[in-house]
Amino acid sequence: MTPPKRAISPKPVQVMLARQLASSMAMPILIVDPEGTLIFFNEPAELILDQRFEETGEMGADEWSVLFAVSDEERQPIAMAERPTMLAISERKPISRTVWMLCREREWLHVIITAIPLIGEQREFLGVQMFFWEI
Amino acid sequence: MQVTLWGTRGSIAAPGPETARYGGNTSCVGVVGPEGTMLVLDAGTGIRRLGANVPESVSRIDIFLTHLHMDHIQGLGFFAPLYREDLDVHVWGPGSATMRLAARLRRYLSPPLFPVSLSELPCRLTFHEVPASECDIGEFRVRSALVCHPGPTVGYRITQPDGAALAYLPDHEPALAALRFPSLPRAWTSGADLAADADLLIHDGQYSADEYACHCGWGHSSLDQALAFGGLAGVKRFVPFHHDPAHTDADIDRMTAEAIEAGRPEFPVTPWTEGTTLQL
Repeated sequence: MTPPKRAISPKPVQVMLARQLASSMAMPILIVDPEGTLIFFNEPAELILDQRFEETGEMGADEWSVLFAVSDEERQPIAMAERPTMLAISERKPISRTVWMLCREREWLHVIITAIPLIGEQREFLGVQMFFWEI
Repeated sequence: MQVTLWGTRGSIAAPGPETARYGGNTSCVGVVGPEGTMLVLDAGTGIRRLGANVPESVSRIDIFLTHLHMDHIQGLGFFAPLYREDLDVHVWGPGSATMRLAARLRRYLSPPLFPVSLSELPCRLTFHEVPASECDIGEFRVRSALVCHPGPTVGYRITQPDGAALAYLPDHEPALAALRFPSLPRAWTSGADLAADADLLIHDGQYSADEYACHCGWGHSSLDQALAFGGLAGVKRFVPFHHDPAHTDADIDRMTAEAIEAGRPEFPVTPWTEGTTLQL
């Protein structure tokens, strides 16, 4: 039996446009809301998460953050709170970091993760868009 | 509520015999509640005639601007009630990331573009930034949300006590960059939450499908996209709006018939003529 998907709330138009942009890009892109819920990932990101967005729908931070391991350049694990996405959420500033990611429990990728906070015109925090750039 | 179209045209006023039926005035819709509360949606050139029909007994008017493109504010300086000292006028509209609403409006309502400055208007003028939290005005509840259109732009949902709702999205391109439309649920479609299950949707339908192909990203919808949006939102009645200034009455009749034939919407589609009033 398939677990029920989360009920989805209406998204700000800026987040809708961010999704449209991500849908037409070749690099993996994830979008999280201010609480860290993964609200969208594009097709290239499906290779990292080993999941299809159409099947998972939205995922809470505790669900999606364990889908891959993140280590620093010395292969030392990076604590959850120190990951670029979580820092971008907590500090509300762009974070870019070169890391190793263990995807699908078998493949290490050397990537630059850039997490950019989305700030609306009324200065409201809308979430974070993350770009993955394989080195 | 009583809903009257005072201006249905988009982009620029287009008077002439070929547009006489649907009208040449730009965006303006009047809403009057059962208790007399008066709302004005956008201040295109149509607002001039609306102003001439405001009873002396009215003591407050709320003007809701969707955005500050010229076809939505050009009539503001010619709205006669602004020159009444005994009137409270509340103007609601979007500021930008760097300027508040009043400052943005002042760019137009000041010399040399207009001879009278905002501060010189005799009425008691108050400005409100949107989108904001839901507010009650007289017997109405008004909700606003940013929608997909170049620059800060909102749509409005007006609900009366019995639950009947009007959704107003005159400049809106929910299909922007979508390979198919609609392909996403309401929560991910611009404006769909505002329009959800509305009794009446007044919505951008500026282009034919062929015209839209050449105007993608300009912030407007083709009529077939607009009808698909209405279907996704589950509206009960649809009024195409923001007609292209180049479209004659005959063009609008033909486009509407073709879009209905192609889309087979489950709700009535009526391109109201300027001056039409509907009781909701």
